[in-house]
Formats: sequence, C-alpha cells, structure tokens
Amino acid sequence: MCGVCGCGTEKENVIIDSPQNHQHGHHHHHSHDHSHDHSNKLVLDLEKDILHQNNLDASKNRGYFEAKNIFTLNLVSSPGSGKTSILERTLTDLKDEIDFNVIEGDQQTFNDADRIDALNIPVIQVNTGKGCHLEGNMIYEAVKKLKPKDDSVLMIENVGNLVCPSMFDLGENKRVVIISITEGEDKPIKYPDMFHTADICIINKMDLLPYLNFDVQKLKDYALQVNHHLEFFEVSATTGEGMKDWYLWLKNELKK
Amino acid sequence: MHEFSVALGIVKIAEKETIKANKTKVDLIELEIGSLSGIEINALNYAWDIAVKDTVLEYSEKKITPLDAKATCIDCEHEFILENIYDICPICESYKKEIIKGKELIVKSLEVS
Repeated sequence: MCGVCGCGTEKENVIIDSPQNHQHGHHHHHSHDHSHDHSNKLVLDLEKDILHQNNLDASKNRGYFEAKNIFTLNLVSSPGSGKTSILERTLTDLKDEIDFNVIEGDQQTFNDADRIDALNIPVIQVNTGKGCHLEGNMIYEAVKKLKPKDDSVLMIENVGNLVCPSMFDLGENKRVVIISITEGEDKPIKYPDMFHTADICIINKMDLLPYLNFDVQKLKDYALQVNHHLEFFEVSATTGEGMKDWYLWLKNELKK
Repeated sequence: MHEFSVALGIVKIAEKETIKANKTKVDLIELEIGSLSGIEINALNYAWDIAVKDTVLEYSEKKITPLDAKATCIDCEHEFILENIYDICPICESYKKEIIKGKELIVKSLEVS
C-alpha cells in the first residue's frame, strides 16, 4: 500500500482484457527462499535508476508504436475531469477519418471500456486493482491483446489521479493533462509534476463558466509557471464547444 | 502516491543484483532521491517495511541522500536551486527554466553478503 494516498500496486490483481472477455480473479502467490550464508561482504556500486524497468518497458512500447506508425496519447487528470467524455466525443466525431484504439485504465470496473465499446472502437480495459496508475508493462500486455492497426491512433486513458501517473512513461508520443473548471485554478501548482510532464492541457466543462467563479487565465498562468511549453484547449465535451481546435492539433500531430 | 511501486522497483533491483553477485542478503542500501523526483521520502519509508518483507532487503540498513534540484533560467541563464517546479528565477523573475537536476531516483550502491 502507498504511504500517502493508500494505493498500491498489487500486480497479481491487475486485469487486462476486452469488455467481451473479462473474467474475475487472478491470483498468483510469490515466495522467496533465503539461505543465511554469512560470507564476505561486497559493495556493489550500481548508480541504477529505480524507474529503469518501467522506462525500458516504455521504450519497448515506443519502438513498437514507431514501427507501426501508431500515434499514442496518454490522457491524465483527476477523477471526474471528463477524460472519458472527451474521448467519447472525439471518437464519435473523428472515427470516420481516423482509426482509433483505446486502452482504459481504472482501479475497478469495465464501465469505461463499455462506453468506448458502444462506439465500436477496439478497446482493452486495464483494472489496476489497488494500483493508482498505469505502467509500461501493462500497456505492453494490453497492446498485445488490442493488436492496433498500422497508421492508427492509440488513446490511453490513465487512472484518474493527478499524482502517481506522472512518473510512469508508457511509451506515448504526447501526454495530455485534462482539468475541468469545476476544480481549483491552482491545481497546476498543487500537483505540479503532472502539469510539468504534459505536452498539452485541455480545459474541460467550459459550458459551465457562466455558473462558476472560475478564472481561466489564472489557471493558465499557474500552469505556465510549472511548464511554459504547455498549449491550452478550452472545450466542453458536453456541448462540443472548442473541440475543433483540439481535433486540429491532433490531425496536425498525425501529419508530423 | 506511488511510493510502494517505487519500493517494489528497488526490491527488484536489489534481488537481481544480490543474486548476480552470488550473495544472499543486503546489509546496506544507499539511495539518492532528487527533490523533484515525485517521491515523498516519508511515504517511501512508510511503504518500505511492507515492500521489503521476505526479500533480500528485509534486514538491510537504508541510507537516503536527498538531492537538491537545480534549474537554468531560459531568459537570463542564471543557475539556481529550486524547491518547487514553479519557482521563479531569483534574478529576473522569469518562470521559464530548464530543470537540470533534482529528478534523480537512484540505487547508488548495495553492500551485500
């Protein structure tokens, strides 16, 4: 279990499957043998990056995506910012032009994958169990099941969590942080790691602006303090307002 | 946060290296953790005992060296120590900076026997 937010990464409880096939309960037990041979001490100078294994897994994914010309986005946000709604709207509006694939990350349930599946888009759900973020190897396993076509777009919806997913490269081309205007303007400086590692920032629920006391410019200023490269898109997944700029960005990235 | 995952990553490295060196346990592990690595040292300490149970690290001493973060200001090129990612340059007050140090998350050494 994680010391601060109470989450953990119990790999044995991770479920990776399509909505059609999913089953419950995978349990593996680990044991470790120990001998107590007190031979001479040895100092190993390692200088080894602790995230080395995840970075290696992410590089493996990145190589696969590059070879197949698959453009991959990692969507991150707090729970409830509207990641799935933005995805649904984007897929609905662009599915005639672009071949999409989706990996959904949640601790529990196939609800999000079911929503994507209803749009006839290939989708794999990763249930992380107690885990609070997706890791490179989970994407590797999910992609093996998903078998995305060449020249397609893979959308990875990370677990709703503005802290933990920031450290874990999945092999994506770009990272998209989503914030909604029902949250505080100062989220970027409260949770700077996520905004620091993102390439673009989608500000969602803009249709609610007349009813809220929210200063969009203040949010942008805070976000730019953390990451001056951030590009912003103001949208409403509900009304469709502003979505075309985000689509334009996506299409331009595909041309690169 | 994700300190438990990170602790498990450390355990994996320690197990692999200990076996490779033909030893059975770690007596001392030295870690270097940058202040912008995203790791809360208190949370790592909390997760540690659970993560290392029944592993080569179970009875190991753990030494953590925290590392300061440094950035270069893009506007005036001044190099300064950062406490937060959003800190501004103390000379020209620009927030445009390149972080050059502070994201380290490293197993520096293991003493195995």
